[in-house]
Amino acid sequence: MSDLLIENVRLIDPDAGTETHGAVRIADGRIAAVGAKPDPATDARRIDGRGLCLAPGIIDIGVKIGEPGDRHKESFRTAGRAAAAGGVTTMVIRPDTSPAIDSPEALEFLDRRAREAAPVNVLRMAALTRARAGKQMAEYGFLLDAGAVAFTDADRPVADTKVLQRCMSYAAGLGALIIGHPQEPILSDGACMTSGPFAAKLGLPAVSPMAERIQLERDLALVEMTGVRYHADQITCAAALPALARARAAGLPVTAGASIHHLTLNEFDVGDYRTFFKVKPPLRAEEDRLAVVEALAAGEIDIISSMHTPQDEESKRLPFEEAASGAVGLETLLPAALQLVHAGHLDLPALFRALALNPAKLLGLDAGRLAEGAPADLILFDPDKPFLLDRATLRSKSKNTPYDLRRMQGRVILSIVGGDIIFGEAA
Amino acid sequence: MFSHRHLLGIEHLSPSDITAILDLADTYVDRTRSPDKHGTALAGLTQINMFFENSTRTQSSFELAGKRLGADVMNMAMQTSSVKKGETLIDTAMTLNAMHPDILVVRHPSSGAVNLLAEKVNCAVLNAGDGRHEHPTQALLDALTIRRRKGRLHRLTVAICGDIAHSRVARSNIILLGKMENRVRIVGPATLIPSGMDRLGVEVEHDMKAGLADADVVMMLRLQKERMSGAFIPSEREYYHRFGLDAAKLKAAKPDAIVMHPGPMNRGVEIDGTLADDINVSVIQEQVEMGVAVRMAAMDLLARNLKEARA
Repeated sequence: MSDLLIENVRLIDPDAGTETHGAVRIADGRIAAVGAKPDPATDARRIDGRGLCLAPGIIDIGVKIGEPGDRHKESFRTAGRAAAAGGVTTMVIRPDTSPAIDSPEALEFLDRRAREAAPVNVLRMAALTRARAGKQMAEYGFLLDAGAVAFTDADRPVADTKVLQRCMSYAAGLGALIIGHPQEPILSDGACMTSGPFAAKLGLPAVSPMAERIQLERDLALVEMTGVRYHADQITCAAALPALARARAAGLPVTAGASIHHLTLNEFDVGDYRTFFKVKPPLRAEEDRLAVVEALAAGEIDIISSMHTPQDEESKRLPFEEAASGAVGLETLLPAALQLVHAGHLDLPALFRALALNPAKLLGLDAGRLAEGAPADLILFDPDKPFLLDRATLRSKSKNTPYDLRRMQGRVILSIVGGDIIFGEAA
Repeated sequence: MFSHRHLLGIEHLSPSDITAILDLADTYVDRTRSPDKHGTALAGLTQINMFFENSTRTQSSFELAGKRLGADVMNMAMQTSSVKKGETLIDTAMTLNAMHPDILVVRHPSSGAVNLLAEKVNCAVLNAGDGRHEHPTQALLDALTIRRRKGRLHRLTVAICGDIAHSRVARSNIILLGKMENRVRIVGPATLIPSGMDRLGVEVEHDMKAGLADADVVMMLRLQKERMSGAFIPSEREYYHRFGLDAAKLKAAKPDAIVMHPGPMNRGVEIDGTLADDINVSVIQEQVEMGVAVRMAAMDLLARNLKEARA
């Protein structure tokens, strides 16, 4: 592998919080030098970055792939291509497949499939309880040995508090990370909208955002009891934020994420029963969206993820209540997130803290940084390039994006994983 | 001028659309009271009633309305059809569409399902009730009943009482009465009133006396037992005691107030049986009669637009 020198770029450094003009030299799959004038190796292949942005590649926690069980919705190959095109250099994949990923053997299967088919890094999460049934804890020790980076039952929170307490205690003893989905399951049962005048008008079953706060408060109390490292996958409403702030102030090992959909869309986008906007938890009121965006800007929300959830046409072309939840997001994560930059909520280094640095820190990775010695997982992108999203052009096998026909800005020019260009003209 | 292709909800209608339907319905009331009930407005057209949810009165009302205007009417009992074999709503719609119906009358248990179906067919679609969303012909027949009894359909105080949360009738009535500039109050226990209703331009009351104060119209809703997934009220008898309409509670309303109910009634749950039968205040039977006339008018207007579009 020859060295690579990417010159004439805006270096987006999330760790230092800076944007500077310079270049990056890559050798042996790692960043060899970065700065205004990194010493040019004589035989390095040179790429002119044309003054565009170079940032650490996105680390997307919570990607659903249809393997095993739903390969017709998404495979490692199609998800990998979508990730590469979207600037996601590491997919952290969910265990809510059929069957659920709750055994070391299943993790090995994923590892093999990922290596065969996906051009990007793939990290695997495992189920928190067997079959995600919320009854018995999974084999955390074996699963950690097999490479699990976190444990989660995804969108099916453990309802039995005693079970969760034991899961957390045991996981804490192993130093494992638990990812919770803070939605009170009984209140949320059957709901497909956030309660309020709009849901009332549509006549759809709805749940109060208070269901999020209730479950988050419970989870955080258990974190206080057990000391486990805990990440809330999606914080989507103002009511949940004070609980999060209290836990942080008390020094608990707690972080929080938000999905790009809840950061850029609100309940009104559902409009006339448009099922591509049906996600879990349901889209919130605009005040809640703004509160979460503000929390992100203030660093109270650590991570943005796509919550990539492929669904085929058949599962979406149904009456709203019966339609499947979820939206694809690997390819639209960056342009959608750039809306927050263009709207003045965040600067680019802060955005890449949420997209790359913080996820890396949470998972103990040395990626996510523009630092010498860090893995050369990098993206070159044009933050301003406008385009009209046509869902037919998505590389995902499923095309269920809520951004179809939306005007967006920001396109990935090159994606580099471990020093190899895996997407872009030079690939 | 009424220019719609479908009748999916009151939401899409303007006050003049509503008036046009009611004016035409008035003429059909006279027609149906005469010995010669037959009209030709739908002659040669095919009307299919697709009911994915059980209904006797609404389906027979639509059937009678279609037949009185000369349509070929077919009833499809969707609960026993291929839907049971796993066919999706859209596939069912496409199959029926291929038979070239002119009017589809659809009832479905999911909110928004009729809208979805209307996008896929090229005939007129009438919503006969979708989930908890809308039931436009019920609101129109209620409006016709009120207008004939009160002489107007504006600046009235209307109390809608009972299970608002699970009622498409309530939603369509709230929208219609609001569009026609009436004062609308909804009355019921907080568990049966969806959150945010106060922001939809209605007053919310949890006490019948306050809710019925000076009302011109008292509209009772069926307590939809089959829709209750949990316990929304402590017991039927407490519900009747606090929210059931009887002569004593009705005293809070205006002396000439009328009592309405979309049926079928639970006597002794939401309404006192004697009161329901009192022809001096109850217009419940009249509502049934107006139902046929309003549905004739709605299908007539849609058929005119259909013929115009095809011409």
